[in-house]
Amino acid sequence: MATETTTRAKLRWGLLDVIVVVFALIPVLWIASLSFKTPATLTDGKFWPREWTLDNYRTIFDTDQFVRALANSIGIALIATLIAVVLGAMAAYAISRLDFPGKKLLVGVSLLIAMFPQVSLVSPLFEIERQLGLFDTWPGLILPYITFALPLAIYTLSAFFKQIPWDLEKAAKMDGATQGQAFRRVIAPLAAPGLFTTAILVFIFCWNDFLFAISLTSTERSRTVPVALSFFTGESQFEDPIGAICAAAVVITIPIILFVLFFQRRIVSGLTSGAVKG
Amino acid sequence: MSINATPTGADVAADETATRSTGRHAAVPAQRAGRRAKAPLSENKRAERRLGWLLCAPAALVMVLVTAYPILYSVWLSLQRFDLRFPDQREFIGLDNYVTVLTNQFWWTAFGVTALITVVTVAIELVLGMGLALIMHRTLVGRGIVRTAALIPYGIVTVVAAFSWRYAWTPGTGYLANVFDGSAPLTERASSLAIIMLAEIWKTTPFMALLLMAGLALVPEDLLKAASTDGATSWQRFTKVMLPVMKPAILVALLFRTLDAFRVFDNIFVLTAGGNETSSVSMLAYNNLIRGLNLGIGSTMSVLIFIAVAIIAFVFVKLFGTAAPGSDDGERR
Repeated sequence: MATETTTRAKLRWGLLDVIVVVFALIPVLWIASLSFKTPATLTDGKFWPREWTLDNYRTIFDTDQFVRALANSIGIALIATLIAVVLGAMAAYAISRLDFPGKKLLVGVSLLIAMFPQVSLVSPLFEIERQLGLFDTWPGLILPYITFALPLAIYTLSAFFKQIPWDLEKAAKMDGATQGQAFRRVIAPLAAPGLFTTAILVFIFCWNDFLFAISLTSTERSRTVPVALSFFTGESQFEDPIGAICAAAVVITIPIILFVLFFQRRIVSGLTSGAVKG
Repeated sequence: MSINATPTGADVAADETATRSTGRHAAVPAQRAGRRAKAPLSENKRAERRLGWLLCAPAALVMVLVTAYPILYSVWLSLQRFDLRFPDQREFIGLDNYVTVLTNQFWWTAFGVTALITVVTVAIELVLGMGLALIMHRTLVGRGIVRTAALIPYGIVTVVAAFSWRYAWTPGTGYLANVFDGSAPLTERASSLAIIMLAEIWKTTPFMALLLMAGLALVPEDLLKAASTDGATSWQRFTKVMLPVMKPAILVALLFRTLDAFRVFDNIFVLTAGGNETSSVSMLAYNNLIRGLNLGIGSTMSVLIFIAVAIIAFVFVKLFGTAAPGSDDGERR
C-alpha cells in the first residue's frame, strides 16, 4: 500500500520533471538543429535536420569576424571575472569577518547597483569613454562588467565566507603553523569552492551581456560574440546567414552547458545563498 | 556564532554611522566613534577598522566611479542640446529635453510596452517559478536532472535564445510558425509582444524559481508534517504554512525580476528590432543615442528610466520593511 503510493507519487513527479526538461531544452535543441542543417533543408520547417552538415561551423571559423569576436568575448569575460572576484573577495572578507563603520553602506550601495538600469549608463559612458579613448577597447567593456558583477560577487562570497569555520585558522596556529601556512593549508582550501562558484556566476554574467557590448564598441577590435551575431550577414549577399548565426550561437552556448552539467550543485547553492541570505 | 567576539558597543556605533552618514563617510566615523565611545578604541579595534576600509575601498571605488559619476554626468548632458551630428549647436537648454521626451508619443508608447511586458512576465513568472521551485525542491526522482535543465535557460546568452525564438516563428523556417498556418507573427504588434514575453519568461523563470527555492528551504519540515497530521490539504499547507514563511524570499524575487524585466532590451533587439511599436524604453534610449547620436535626448531618457526604476525600488523597499536584504546584516554576521 505504501509502496504503491510512492510509486504513483514518483511517476507524477517524473512526469513534471519531463515537462520542465523538455520546455528548457527545446529552444537549445532547435538552434543546434538549425546549425547542422544544409542550406537546402534550412527552410524546411522540420525540427530535426534531414541532412546533417558541419559546413556552418567551418564557415564561421574561417571568418575573421567570428574568431576575433570569440577571442574578445573570452578575453574580456575572463579578465572582468578575475578582477571582480578578487575585489569582491576582499570586500566580502571584510564584510563577513571584520567590524567597521560603513559596512552597511557598502552592502546598501552594492544592492542599489544590482538594481541599477544599465541603459542609464550607456549614454554617459559612451561620451566619457569617447573622451578618454576607452571607447571600442577591452577596458571600455571590462570596467562596466566589473561594476555590475561586483554586487553579485560580494553577495555570493560573503554568504560563502560566513559558512567557513574560521576557528580552524586559530587552531592551526596553536598547533604551530605560521599565519601564512594557516591561510594556505586551512583557509584557502575551504574558501576555494566559494570563489570558484562565484567566478562561474560572474563569468556567465559577462558572457551574456549585450547592451554594453553593442553600445560601447564599433569594430571587430572589441566586439563580443553576442554583438557579432547581430551583425552577421553571410559570406556573400546570396548566402543566408541563419546557418552561420546558429553555429556561432551553439559555440558560445557550449561553455554554459559545460558549467551547468558539471557544476549544477555549486551554481544552485551560489545563487540561492547569495540572493536571499545577503 | 562562536566567531562573534565583537563587543556590542561597536555594533551600535557602526549602525549609527551607517544610518547617519550620507555618502562621504571615510573621515567621519573615526571622530564620531571616538566622541561617543566610553573607552578609547583599542589598538586592535582600530587596526580592524583600517583593514576593513582598506579591503572594501577598491570595490567601493569602482562601483561608485562607474555608476555615480556617469549618472550625474548624464543629468548634466540631459540639460543640453547635444547632437553629435551637429556638435557646434551644443548649448544649455534647461529642461527642454524633458518637455520634448515627455510630450512625445513614442516615449509613452515605449513606456506602455515596457510596463506591459514587466507586469505580465513577472506575474506569469511568479506562478511558473513557484511551480518550478516546488518541483526542484520536492521532486522524488531526478532532482539533479531537473535542476540542471532549469539552469540552461538561466545561463544561456539571451541573444542566442532570442535567435532561437526568432527562427522558430519565421515562416517557412520555423517549427512553430508552421503550426499557425505559416503566418508571420513577428510582423504584427500583438503577436510580436506575445513572443517577446514568451522569450523573456522562458529565459528568466528559472532565476525566479531559484530565488523562491531559497525561501522554500526555510520552511520547517516539522511544520508541514504537523499541518498534514491536523488534516490540512496540500493547498492549505501551501497557502497557510509555506507562503507566510516564504514572504521575504518572494518579495526579493519580485523586486529583482521587476527591475530586470523593466530593462528588457536583448530580446526585443533580436526579435523585432523595435518594429511595429514594440520598443521598450531601453530600446528607445539606445536608438536615440547610438543610432541617432543624440546625446541630449538619449541622456534625458536615461535619467527618466533611472527615476522610474528608483520609484519601483522605493515602493518595493517600503513593502519589504525590515525584510530588505542587507538590513539585518549587522546582527547576522
